[in-house]
Amino acid sequence: MSDPVTALKGLKNTGGFASISEVGPTGMITLRGDLSAKPVIKAAVAASGVTMPEQGRIGSEGNHAMAWMSPDELLILCAYGDVHDRLAALNKKLSGQHTLAVNVSDARAMFRVRGAHAREVIAKVAPVDMHPDAFTPGMFRRTRFAQVPAAFWMPEPDVVQVICFRSVARYMYDLLGMAAQSRSEVGYFRR
Amino acid sequence: MSTRLATPGRLIDKAAPVSFTFNGKQLRGYKGDTLASALLANDQMLMGRSFKYHRPRGVVASGAEEPNGLVNLGSEGRFEPNQRVTTTELFEGLEASSQNHWPSLEFDVGAINAQLSRFLPAGFYYKMFMYPRSFWEHVYEPIIRASAGLGKAPKARDVDTYEHFYTFCDVLIVGGGVAGMQAALTAGKAGARVILLEQTDHWGGRAPVDGGRIDGAPVDDYVKETLNALRSMDNVEMRLRTMGAGVYDHGYALGYERLTDHAPEAAGPRHRLWRIRAAQIITATGAIERPLSFAGNDIPGVMLASAVRDYVVNYGVSVGDRTVVVTNNDNAYLTAIALKHAGLDVPVILDARVLPSDLGLIERAKALGIRVLMGHAIATVKGGKRVTGVSICAQAGEGAVLEEIQCDAVAMSGGWSPVVHLWSHCGGKLRWDTAHACFSPDVDNPPKGSDGMGFVTPAGAASGMFALDDVLHDAHAAAEGVITSLDMKLPKDVTSPIAERREESPMAPVWMMPQGASVKLREKTWLDYQNDVKVSDVRLAAQEGFVSVEHAKRYTTLGMATDQGKLSNINGLATLAGALDADIPTVGTTTFRPPYQPISLGAIGGEARGDIFQPIRRTPMQDWHEANGAVFEPVGRWRRPYAFTRGLESTHDAVMREVKNTREKLGLLDASTLGKIIVKGPDAGKFLDMMYTNMMSTLKPGKCRYGLMCSENGFLIDDGVVARIDEDTWLCHTTTGGAESIHAHMEEWLQTEWWDWNVYVANVTEQYAQIAVVGPNARTALERLGGMDLSKEALGFMDWADGTLGGFKVRIFRISFSGELSYEIAIDAGHGQALWDSLLAVGADLGAMPYGTECLHILRAEKGFIMIGDETDGTVIPQDLGLNWAISKKKEDYLGKRAQARSHMTDPSRWKLVGLETVDGSTLPDGAYATGEGTNANGQQNMIGRVTSTYHSPTLDRGIAMGLVLNAPDRMGEVLRFPGTDGKIYEAKIVDPVFYDKEGSKQNV
Amino acid sequence: MLTIHCPNCGVTAEETEFHAHGEAHLKRFGPGSSEDDFESYLFMRKNPKGVHFERWRHQYGCGKWFHVARCTTTLEIFGSYSAQTTEPPKEIINHIENRRPDWNATEAPK
Repeated sequence: MSDPVTALKGLKNTGGFASISEVGPTGMITLRGDLSAKPVIKAAVAASGVTMPEQGRIGSEGNHAMAWMSPDELLILCAYGDVHDRLAALNKKLSGQHTLAVNVSDARAMFRVRGAHAREVIAKVAPVDMHPDAFTPGMFRRTRFAQVPAAFWMPEPDVVQVICFRSVARYMYDLLGMAAQSRSEVGYFRR
Repeated sequence: MSTRLATPGRLIDKAAPVSFTFNGKQLRGYKGDTLASALLANDQMLMGRSFKYHRPRGVVASGAEEPNGLVNLGSEGRFEPNQRVTTTELFEGLEASSQNHWPSLEFDVGAINAQLSRFLPAGFYYKMFMYPRSFWEHVYEPIIRASAGLGKAPKARDVDTYEHFYTFCDVLIVGGGVAGMQAALTAGKAGARVILLEQTDHWGGRAPVDGGRIDGAPVDDYVKETLNALRSMDNVEMRLRTMGAGVYDHGYALGYERLTDHAPEAAGPRHRLWRIRAAQIITATGAIERPLSFAGNDIPGVMLASAVRDYVVNYGVSVGDRTVVVTNNDNAYLTAIALKHAGLDVPVILDARVLPSDLGLIERAKALGIRVLMGHAIATVKGGKRVTGVSICAQAGEGAVLEEIQCDAVAMSGGWSPVVHLWSHCGGKLRWDTAHACFSPDVDNPPKGSDGMGFVTPAGAASGMFALDDVLHDAHAAAEGVITSLDMKLPKDVTSPIAERREESPMAPVWMMPQGASVKLREKTWLDYQNDVKVSDVRLAAQEGFVSVEHAKRYTTLGMATDQGKLSNINGLATLAGALDADIPTVGTTTFRPPYQPISLGAIGGEARGDIFQPIRRTPMQDWHEANGAVFEPVGRWRRPYAFTRGLESTHDAVMREVKNTREKLGLLDASTLGKIIVKGPDAGKFLDMMYTNMMSTLKPGKCRYGLMCSENGFLIDDGVVARIDEDTWLCHTTTGGAESIHAHMEEWLQTEWWDWNVYVANVTEQYAQIAVVGPNARTALERLGGMDLSKEALGFMDWADGTLGGFKVRIFRISFSGELSYEIAIDAGHGQALWDSLLAVGADLGAMPYGTECLHILRAEKGFIMIGDETDGTVIPQDLGLNWAISKKKEDYLGKRAQARSHMTDPSRWKLVGLETVDGSTLPDGAYATGEGTNANGQQNMIGRVTSTYHSPTLDRGIAMGLVLNAPDRMGEVLRFPGTDGKIYEAKIVDPVFYDKEGSKQNV
Repeated sequence: MLTIHCPNCGVTAEETEFHAHGEAHLKRFGPGSSEDDFESYLFMRKNPKGVHFERWRHQYGCGKWFHVARCTTTLEIFGSYSAQTTEPPKEIINHIENRRPDWNATEAPK
């Protein structure tokens, strides 16, 4: 089989006050089920390698992460090449449980926004309070970025990771690039 | 004449000269000037012409309320009309030109309108342009259009960028005068997240100009110290050049930041729209001085007293050498005193009041030797393009002239009106303040937020407090109240500063000067300078029955100009009240609507311009399509290839080629946009039986079935092929436009109606690239890739299989939307392009060619397959389309079943789908209607059918169409007449909708 | 522009993340139902001046549906609650009665 390509083949924009780069192929599994059921939690934790996230949060461990998407949905992130094995293992553990686990690795695009003012890039396009006291690492927020749905979190200070649908990867890249255009720092979250 | 004084100006830097042009003339100002102060310093009092009469207009104000000083600014991609000179900061190279005149500002032909003014009263347009009706299109409308509008619309594309910024805070404070600063200081000390916005480029507002002492020191010292204190607070954000534009529901507010208007060449966005969510808002928006209504009050040189003072104190500019001050309150005396201190002449102060004693400022003015005439008024101002003098009369009389005085400027003050706009935007009520003759916020009736509690508090002059000490105390108290409502605590030692109090005499409301002014004087007394509305116009409106303030406004256009009546509204409604013999509060105000000042369309649009005007969805093969001649058409937010043109080939020829090639050889279609939804669970079969009109629960794993979806209204909303993956999993294909809406539709029913059913749904549309491999050579091509048995026996029509094809992990559906042998191959999107390349390579000698959506449409139309959106329009049920075979008769229920039993749905006269074949082989116009006998109730010709899809079929070399026709099944073979918009009548025979391969032998091989 | 609380994911956000879908607590009538019942289910909607119970979806967020009790004149929001119920919960009713003493709780959907 060919090498998988992301929507923008790893495009990067360093011309602005924060850099925008498309993240390479990443394994993603959507798991829907009763998130309070022990077998579901056990399977999800085993498949993701991280602890169960609480409402509105993401847990991560190296390249692995698991995000709370809704009361009955999780998003598991792992290496792209691992996704089929992990999905198979997950489905095996969950046999007999009413759940739905699907590979969505190729359905998404992921971007990293990096820079001292990275929070401002997000605050220009998403109706979310990006104040450091309000949006803290470990939080996972689904919202809209201008005109498209997106989700984001902060894996480390000054870095925001953004997930959107693959078909709008170009729009997202251009949008974030415009929001980060040079000399457009707001200087609002400087403290 | 107006000129620059030797005295310094608070806001300008005389060491930093700035050159600019006005109407091409090279002029000089200083850093810190506004365009208004710089023009005045160059004796350019005449700045524009009024809208209706083209009267000469000079600047009246010094801030946002300015109605007259509007200019064209910039050029090319930065050209913008109607820019206020008073809010435009001067910068090196600024280019301004006056507008609304021809041929020149000094000599304007349109000023003839002023001579005709008695023939152009209020409502002139409504009265004049009524009859005859036939004149509208060719006479009236062109005249009105030619004379409408101020300034010129920009022609070049805007070269700047704009952006939004979402932010949240505990307290938003609008207005950076002493009230706003004090409120910010108090709220900041309590630890609240505070945002303080100021529309100008400097802090402190007008208090430093008006003087006084705070905690024993000059106001400027207080401003400096408070600024330092605020800057040291991490929780306080301060923005200059940012106007609080509007207050909306639930604490939403807009801030309009002008980043580069004062430095157009600077990098970065021009405007930033702050989209603020505030728990509490304090409006410290100050007050605006009112003009007085006397004859000739629109002659250049007649200005607000506060503006005259601002130009002297802030910019070191004198408006005139001899300035007559006319007032009904103490405040204007400050202007006389400031002018005197600057060494200028004030021949007289005309005070309409009669007071028992001279207190405070009056005493000071008299001590400076200024002549003060109590109970006096201006009868009329003399002058044309510039004030030359005034005649004086008694305020009490009808205007008999007592004395004439030469002067070149008049400073007027009719009292002050709090800026209540932001308070009122979201429903804050007003009360009439008799003492100050103004509307001020009724603090017991504030705008209410999501919890039903008030969320706006006015502070300082904006709440009707005019004395400096009251302003500061009110601002502190406003902040304290807001802090308490946020359940926060103010440290005990935080108190309000104390300002020294002036002794003041009460103002007296004066709405007409002199009180008994004759009609002749009233016809020269302006209320709205920009729109040329006079006292006589408002009185005429009242006389003609426009007694509601909202009606009078629209009839006279009072307050409808770009300044939205900031100066004219109160005077106008007082005049209306006078004419109606009613109280001002009972007449009421017109509605205050955001934005406070015009804001740029660019700021509203934000980043949504050019490539990111809207999201365009792209398939994994989009780059290839763009590089290979694709002509695109929008399908939802996708751009799908309509056809792939080659060389100089026309799009039509490309489509014809693609159809022939696909029917005869091999076509490839990018079908990735089709919706793909996984439905899984013990109740998934039961659920899909509700979603689709046909039975999906009985489908066997490994098989596909075409299905129809209806809304609960019974109307067809989507169709597609459903594949059963395993015992409790189905994969539903939707139309390209339907993926998100059908996914949402399924979730809606699962979450809100059948929440006890065990079903999970996932939209996996974008996980897969999907390629339709279509045509007689399809199987051969795929077999060359190898790895899967694709024989008729192994993978029959409407079967699907997972496997590895040429090394690619794929899922193949043996389905056909073209009537040809056809496979749809789904593959993880990240490998889509690689598979597309492989298919083109192995199919090269088999005639493999990509085809677009128009070819797809023709292929399906030749087979009589319906298309959602063509054959359906939200009023069509499956039964109309002859799709009864896809409607289960066994099922007790499905969405739409009950609705389809309604009498209108079962009416035999519903139009039904048929094929249409033109008699002469031409192609029917899309959407054309078939005409029948007789007329309907409205006297229109009866219609008996319409075309839903129409194409030229290269396969049959003739026009083919489908349409919905009355009593269609009984009319087979009948010829219908379809008038086209080209004047031609098309004749078409009613035939079976399947034009090609009726037996289905081609797809089933 | 309203601020809405989603009870499903705990997020309070501006209206642009959500989508309103009209009256809540409709009872579905299917095949076999009378013309009157079906008509009222399909077409008849309350349009009160004041307290209203509505369906909303957190379209750009968790994607879940929920209900909102809201005043259509002042835009005051009395509360959000689960979509998986046929009537408003007691605490919502109590809160509305508190805020709107003139409101008659018998008008609430049952």
